[in-house]
Amino acid sequence: MSTPELNAIEQAVASKYRHGFVTDIESDTVPPGLDEDVVRLISRKKDEPQFLLDWRLKAFRHWQTMTEPNWAFVKYPPIDFQSISYFSAPKQNKDGPKSLAEVDPKLLETYDKLGIPLHERARLAGVAVDAVFDSVSVATTFKDRLSKAGVIFCPFSEAVKEHPELLERWLGTVVPPGDNFYAALNSAVFSDGSFVYIPKGVRCPMELSTYFRINAANTGQFERTLIIADEGSHVSYLEGCTAPKRDENQLHAAVVELVAMDNAEIKYSTVQNWYPGDENGVGGIYNFVTKRGDCRGKRSKISWTQVETGSAITWKYPSCVLTGDDSVGEFYSVAVANHHQQADTGTKMIHVGRNTRSTIVSKGISAGKAHNTYRGLVKVLPSAEGARNYTQCDSLLMGPGCGAHTFPYVEVRNPSATVEHEATTSRIGEDQLFYCLQRGLSAEDAVNMIVNGFCKAVFKELPMEFAVEAQNLLAVSLEGAVG
Amino acid sequence: MTNTPPTPLLEARDLHVEVNGKPILKGLSLTVNAGEVHAIMGPNGSGKSTLSHVVAGKPGYTVTGGSLLYRGQDLQALAPEERARAGIFLAFQYPLEIPGVNNVYLLKAALNAKRKHLGQPEVDAFEFLQLVKAKMQRMQMDEAFLSRGVNEGFSGGEKKRNEVLQMQILEPTLALLDETDSGLDIDALKVVSAGVNDLRSPDRAIVMVTHYQRLLDYIVPDFVHVLADGRILLSGGKELALELEARGYDWVRAQDAA
Ligand SMILES: Nc1ncnc2c1ncn2[C@@H]1O[C@H](COP(=O)(O)OP(=O)(O)OP(=O)(O)O)[C@@H](O)[C@H]1O
Ligand SMILES: [Mg+2]
Repeated sequence: MSTPELNAIEQAVASKYRHGFVTDIESDTVPPGLDEDVVRLISRKKDEPQFLLDWRLKAFRHWQTMTEPNWAFVKYPPIDFQSISYFSAPKQNKDGPKSLAEVDPKLLETYDKLGIPLHERARLAGVAVDAVFDSVSVATTFKDRLSKAGVIFCPFSEAVKEHPELLERWLGTVVPPGDNFYAALNSAVFSDGSFVYIPKGVRCPMELSTYFRINAANTGQFERTLIIADEGSHVSYLEGCTAPKRDENQLHAAVVELVAMDNAEIKYSTVQNWYPGDENGVGGIYNFVTKRGDCRGKRSKISWTQVETGSAITWKYPSCVLTGDDSVGEFYSVAVANHHQQADTGTKMIHVGRNTRSTIVSKGISAGKAHNTYRGLVKVLPSAEGARNYTQCDSLLMGPGCGAHTFPYVEVRNPSATVEHEATTSRIGEDQLFYCLQRGLSAEDAVNMIVNGFCKAVFKELPMEFAVEAQNLLAVSLEGAVG
Repeated sequence: MTNTPPTPLLEARDLHVEVNGKPILKGLSLTVNAGEVHAIMGPNGSGKSTLSHVVAGKPGYTVTGGSLLYRGQDLQALAPEERARAGIFLAFQYPLEIPGVNNVYLLKAALNAKRKHLGQPEVDAFEFLQLVKAKMQRMQMDEAFLSRGVNEGFSGGEKKRNEVLQMQILEPTLALLDETDSGLDIDALKVVSAGVNDLRSPDRAIVMVTHYQRLLDYIVPDFVHVLADGRILLSGGKELALELEARGYDWVRAQDAA
């Protein structure tokens, strides 16, 4: 690439993380370290029933026998799991806030800085926000309307108290506690998260949205989300995150489990914008997430849409197990890696039932010195008569120092299955760019336009207001990246 | 009283240009005044596209000698987007595809960039749509092209039409058309030529690169130049094109060498 482009790329790439600040709220944080006592402490602090403590301990014991996975295309220094603090909650009034008015004003201020005017957003957009600050949920809105529809949408810790029978029935049925190293760790120490239950035949009256945020220094964040869509129900869930600037790496190992029964549909959308580290690769979030949906029922559908721009390291494969006959799994992803970010992300589509269908559309964008890897598995079991998969996997490179890698794994054990894979890699064309410049566009506008065009197939799967947010996020992440 | 001639729109004097260290233009001189239409003809690889690229400011071209002025201003001081906003338009020999970006979106962004440069407000969405639809009708393009990705999957001829559509909307002062006639069927050639002729005016100039005298039946040039071996070897009126068609380029070279 010639110099003017390179300069533009570097400028874009040099754009600063805009959400880098720290809120000064007293945290109730346990000292670093992890053993059975810490697990017991967490469970006790949260007033959990015995079954859950036993479940955590079992997971912990299993975790101790496991080793960290090392197959991903990412590099980072070894994590000292004993140097991490496993519980942190913002200090609250004795009984906790009952409404927004009771919420710590500092906290609300934080949301403001993040551009999430909670009440406004909730009112205007009709979105119920279960805002997670660090590990404990402090504000939940629109509960009434939801409960009238019979929908349960609450912090995980509340579900533990109010719906223990549901938890006991569903928890860990999609991602078993010993599924993988980080899932096991999460199962042992998870702090909070969201619980959603949509009863039979109910179409959730609004989009459910949770903003996650990591705040306390050096505190691992272990969210746990469980969404159950009972027969014939429908829900769209939005997850968005952003984090303050930090020097130390922060481990984040969330688990998300989805279950869709007969004819149910779950649409799960994520915009992830955690602190990616600075231009030199210092700091940033390690994002090791296990997300999996089980299309347990006939004709059920689970759709993952993600826009990943943040984190120093992303290790994430939202997957679908297509158990029910005629069930459908979808994965739409935009992953942006800039500076020294490393992303190893993709999906797994496991076809178990007959005539199951899956679609994978992955758009990877690399800039700076970043490496972006797509890793996807399409597995068709002998039982999956007539299964079909279509995978499209495109990479866009911005500048000479970055890389894109694609690892599609296909295992077909039923001869009636059709599996299609298309992949492209393109460099953000100097020629495309010049074409736009020649029409009078600024380099920045041209890059945004080209990148947004590249990501269009994914953006159109996002709920409206999220799509706009995602486009803005992309513009910020790649500001000046070419031109 | 002496008449000072007006400043030319484009003036190349003894222009030397290299690509990847390879000299392509080797002392090219050309003057284009407002109101004029110039045709540039010449053998493959002689440097015609290079000339249009260097005027438009494509990266990778190094001016190693001579001068290149637009309205008396050194073009090298201007970034490509600044040249565009100042009224230079290049209809590409090979228009690029930009997947996923709506044709109409690019058009609007381009028009607004120009308007901003001129201190005008952004174009009203409704007016813009009216304008585009009128121009599309003029170019006999189906409105479906508006919502398609820029040149995405367009046929060769459709791409060329789309270039001229963009030109019609941006109304450039200096239009460079690089083989806009190549790949057009007979009817399309007429439509595209009419689109170009619409822009002829006393304060604009058009420079078109072509291999075929047929185009010049529709867009009648004031001057015809032969570009060979990186220089303008011969200039003449529109009849020169006929002679070239009959005799080829070798005699021009021979004459020049003599
Ligand atoms: N990037 C490059 N590196 C090396 N040589 C180049 C490069 N770009 C162009 N050239 C060479 O410069 C010369 C002039 O090319 P140019 O495209 O200007 O020719 P042209 O007159 O437009 O030809 P045509 O009639 O075939 O379109 C050719 O020999 C071409 O191979
Ligand atoms: Mg050419």
